[in-house]
Amino acid sequence: MTTDLVRMENERLEMRLLLEAIYQKSGYDFRGYASAHIKRRLEHVRNRAGLATFCEVTHRLIWDAEFFDSVLSALSINVTEMFRDPGFYRAVREQVLPVLKTYPFIKVWHAGCAAGQEVYSMAIVLAEEGMKDRAQIYATDINPPVLEIARRGIYPLDAVRHYTANYQKAGGASSFSEYYTADYDSVAVKTALKQNVLFSPHNLVTDGIFGEMHVIFCRNVLIYFGDDLQNKVIKLFLDSLCNGGFLCLGTKESLRFSEHADAFEVVDAREKIYRKRPALPTPEAEAE
Amino acid sequence: MTSPPATDAVVIGASAGGLAAIGALLSALPAAYPLAVVVVQHIPADAADTLVRRFQRHCRLPVREAEDKDTVEPGIVFIAPADYHLMIEPDRRFSLSREERVNFSRPSIDILFETAAEAFCNRLVGVILTGASADGATGLAKIAAMGGTGVVQSPETAEVDVMPRAALAACAGARVLPLAAIGAFLARLIPESEAPCPPIS
Ligand SMILES: C[S@@+](CC[C@H](N)C(=O)[O-])C[C@H]1O[C@@H](n2cnc3c(N)ncnc32)[C@H](O)[C@@H]1O
Repeated sequence: MTTDLVRMENERLEMRLLLEAIYQKSGYDFRGYASAHIKRRLEHVRNRAGLATFCEVTHRLIWDAEFFDSVLSALSINVTEMFRDPGFYRAVREQVLPVLKTYPFIKVWHAGCAAGQEVYSMAIVLAEEGMKDRAQIYATDINPPVLEIARRGIYPLDAVRHYTANYQKAGGASSFSEYYTADYDSVAVKTALKQNVLFSPHNLVTDGIFGEMHVIFCRNVLIYFGDDLQNKVIKLFLDSLCNGGFLCLGTKESLRFSEHADAFEVVDAREKIYRKRPALPTPEAEAE
Repeated sequence: MTSPPATDAVVIGASAGGLAAIGALLSALPAAYPLAVVVVQHIPADAADTLVRRFQRHCRLPVREAEDKDTVEPGIVFIAPADYHLMIEPDRRFSLSREERVNFSRPSIDILFETAAEAFCNRLVGVILTGASADGATGLAKIAAMGGTGVVQSPETAEVDVMPRAALAACAGARVLPLAAIGAFLARLIPESEAPCPPIS
């Protein structure tokens, strides 16, 4: 039994060294991600490569660039879909957009946009609410190959039936087929949806703020982070939002455990929509 | 029977036939239960909202859906949310993931059990109930390897015996008990003060 405990401790040590190697090699910093999650992914990599230990994985990824890339891609979860969680999009329509409509121009940030489905879903909603032309949309992700798919906006045809059902449940105002052109086995989103959308690489762990956003979507990214890292990223969002700006998290994510929870008010507890409170005046400012 | 091992948490996995079996187990637990209970029940994604309410009807302890970063607290029954894997981190808090299915399942019993085994080591009891898949077998073996206790519903008393049989094949040292005896076994478990495997912060 002791041997299993010792083995576990040793494995954790080897795992920390592995993540350190990835960080020093590339700047990609997975050291603060949820460790049970990362460990499972790395075990998968190790077993698939037929290696016995994380140290062997470390050695190989240092020397073999192709292997390094395969490890990076194994560490990222890119699962996404159009109008994922339809109720969320309904809540955005009903509770967020009426406020944003009062601004002449809005800035939107999708952080961790994966292959872009979330971005195009929101673009559709904005278009249907007549707001698309006065929106600038930033869509970012850590993973360049996935961003490339997002930029192209081409998705497998067999996903479309599910997307269409989601669109309808999300309160879609017209027919989903108006937004894409279909091929034999794929669909391409219409060019109009791509207008005012800027895709670019951005790492939430190591890169800086995006200024004066009116709404930030960061859905199903934070669950893969440990709590220190979550706090850090929430602070990044806080600093990127204008006063009264909205933060939209994934259905199973929340600000409940964040040290910045007080800086936000809850707009929709179920759909995890929050709004930045105006900053409290500092004591010096009040004294003036 | 030997006295029950000192335990901090109980993890339970079930699939086909599990709703009734888990309900029966939970109803056997006393109101002041000193352990955390974590449940994975395979269920279609759209039927899952009702799980918490359904189990609460049978249970004197509060029943909650496990949330990301929640502490695995004693005296509470946590249910894995539908369509997410539920894990326990080394600091004994939950984390969730939407990575691919394991054994055709999300949540997967193996993922909960394997991560729980690393967080709780020998202070963990894993229970495999009725079901039509092999999910949980690897996880139960891991619990045993880390010094924890495996309990399997006796296949003859299980509504579907595939899962108990798979668990027994992977984890020969597990205790085999009929459902009612598992409830009684769990009700007698107590934590002890000195912990050979302290949580890692
Ligand atoms: C599960 S997807 C979420 C996609 C979409 N937001 C949704 O909810 O459907 C998570 C995405 O987060 C990205 N990601 C992970 N770590 C990141 C980081 N440090 N910075 C930016 N993006 C990150 C991954 O590459 C992946 O594409």
